[in-house]
Amino acid sequence: MSTAGTTITDPTMAAQNYGLIAAFDTAPGLYRAAEKVRDAGFRRWDCITPFPVHGLDKAMGVKRSIVPRISLVGGITGFITGMTMIWWTGAYDYKLVVGGKPLFSPMFAFPVSYELTILFTAFATIGGMFVLNGLPMHYHPVLKHDQIRRGMDDRFFIVIEARDDRFDAAKTRALLEAAGGLDIKELEA
Amino acid sequence: MARRPLSPPVARRKRRELSTDMAHVESSVPAPAILQEVNPAVFPRAILVENNRSFAWITDKICGIIEGKTPAWWWICFVIACCVASFTVAGITYLISTGVGVWGHANPVNWAWDIVNFVFWIGIGHAGTLISAILCLLRQKWRTSINRAAEAMTIFAVVCAAIFPVFHVGRVWYAWYLFPIPNSNWIWQNFRSPLEWDVFAVSTYGTVSVLFWYVGLLPDLATLRDRFEAAGNKLRSFLYGLFAMGWRGSNRHWSNYEMAYLILAGISTPLVLSVHTIVSFDFAVSLIPGWHTTIFPPYFVAGAIFSGFGMVMTLMLPLRAVYKLEDLITQYHIDCMCKITLATGTMVGYAYAMEFFIAWYSANPYEGFTFINRAFGPYAWAYWIMITCNVITPQFFWSKRVRSNTALVWILSIFVNVGMWFERFVIIVTSLARDFLPSSWGYYSPSIVEIFTFFGTFGVFSVLFLLFIRFLPIMPMAELKAVTPQADVHGGHDHH
Repeated sequence: MSTAGTTITDPTMAAQNYGLIAAFDTAPGLYRAAEKVRDAGFRRWDCITPFPVHGLDKAMGVKRSIVPRISLVGGITGFITGMTMIWWTGAYDYKLVVGGKPLFSPMFAFPVSYELTILFTAFATIGGMFVLNGLPMHYHPVLKHDQIRRGMDDRFFIVIEARDDRFDAAKTRALLEAAGGLDIKELEA
Repeated sequence: MARRPLSPPVARRKRRELSTDMAHVESSVPAPAILQEVNPAVFPRAILVENNRSFAWITDKICGIIEGKTPAWWWICFVIACCVASFTVAGITYLISTGVGVWGHANPVNWAWDIVNFVFWIGIGHAGTLISAILCLLRQKWRTSINRAAEAMTIFAVVCAAIFPVFHVGRVWYAWYLFPIPNSNWIWQNFRSPLEWDVFAVSTYGTVSVLFWYVGLLPDLATLRDRFEAAGNKLRSFLYGLFAMGWRGSNRHWSNYEMAYLILAGISTPLVLSVHTIVSFDFAVSLIPGWHTTIFPPYFVAGAIFSGFGMVMTLMLPLRAVYKLEDLITQYHIDCMCKITLATGTMVGYAYAMEFFIAWYSANPYEGFTFINRAFGPYAWAYWIMITCNVITPQFFWSKRVRSNTALVWILSIFVNVGMWFERFVIIVTSLARDFLPSSWGYYSPSIVEIFTFFGTFGVFSVLFLLFIRFLPIMPMAELKAVTPQADVHGGHDHH
């Protein structure tokens, strides 16, 4: 559940800031700003976009996702599970000849193993995606920003975290301003 | 701005000379010298969102459907759908309380409407996966406006399909015997049987379809969460937010998300092909004439896509009219769907012809008899309905005038649905009714309980689909925004 839209009235609550957030009206504007933030050497920062902006990973310096490796592990597990299950049930635990056919053969075990490969890959892919993204996380400082609703609609944001070694409230704000950022605000943690 | 449409004769002349890839060169990049020499045609890319709509317009349009007051037509349709669905409930209640004998199956036709309806509904589901997965891999961006509804259709169709085999087992409280769960008999499932493969294929298909659909919904649920939060609707904001998993549009998340989505598309493609292949194995692995043929897997898959696109058009064209979605489901989308229907319908027609040819060429008297019997025997009426609806109907889509007439396209799509139901009926019932021994021949007619149960599944499907269009975004907003020109960070409109 989001806390977007709520405003903190007590200024002492914002003692420890999460970082700075700047808005951008267009995708190309965000793209160029992201390149500048990347070149300034920041590591703990992010872009908020209502849709996947093509090419933004490169502009941000984000490496290729490792989800495929998790998917591969899931797929191999699924295939082995299928083959092992069919061998164990039919040729080991309770041997039963049906239609004079062999107790186990990779041929008849294949379709079920194939389906389990896909099933386990799907679970691994989605599970991997959630774990890598640190989701579910229903509370997040970014979601407290009163404008974040438009980040799911038609506006773009750059968030630079205060934890970043290069973060300096004044200089970072100046960098975001120079990059074309609008409505620059501090995010409370 | 180099993508102005050329006058048709120029475009047509140049199409022969050049590959379409040339048209994608950005205007801002200096063109390589070779392009001056060959003078490539600049093809206009099909516009996927018409009237140059903004991001906010897309959000308001799609979310407005959910946020607005429930329209009167929705309630009327919902009540009718519930009444229709009650036929399935009544039919199944009667079946459970009495026994599976209340269905019209009897020797020699022991598979009939139940399996016909099962294959029919599963086939309908396949277009949803085709649109979401195969067209995603082929980078057919026109899929974006129809994929959400098509995936929903897949899931609801699988629900309807599952009803039939589950209740056909007779004692439905033993349906869990289909899965390898230890039981008091100590005995395990027969994994040599295609019917057991089918259990795994269909349950995997249902599960992966739900997962794929849910992952696609994730960013849109976050949009709805924030909109309901802003509107002060705490309960709905909480519910959408719960399922949005705290999605916040982070690009580091999008990076993993897009990779996951691509992989899901990549595995759904072999999945959808394997599911109908395995469904066809239910028949092809047996020894019944007319079933025991190697053409079945590709023929079933083509038929499934054909029927699925028929159903997509049956559902989407009224939705487009009711919700005024002409800017999002454009004439180009309808053209594409009609062409796929035409292509797969023609493949199905080819398969019918090839079955006849092989029946003759194999010189197998049983096989030959089966096909003559299909076309001219006691079920000839069903065969010719099938041929008319599946082979002749789609041929109208060659004409651009037909494709532009939305009402006519909708009527033709109904014929496709009817034709594909009859295809399964013809395959299953005619082969069983007249097999090897004339002494065991019979004629099958459905019982009233079967008719009720099948009729009711249209209500079950409609109830689920109506709930979907009322409570979930019917189009993937994030994906639609990504195919608009202003989403392009290099060639889009930048006013700064």
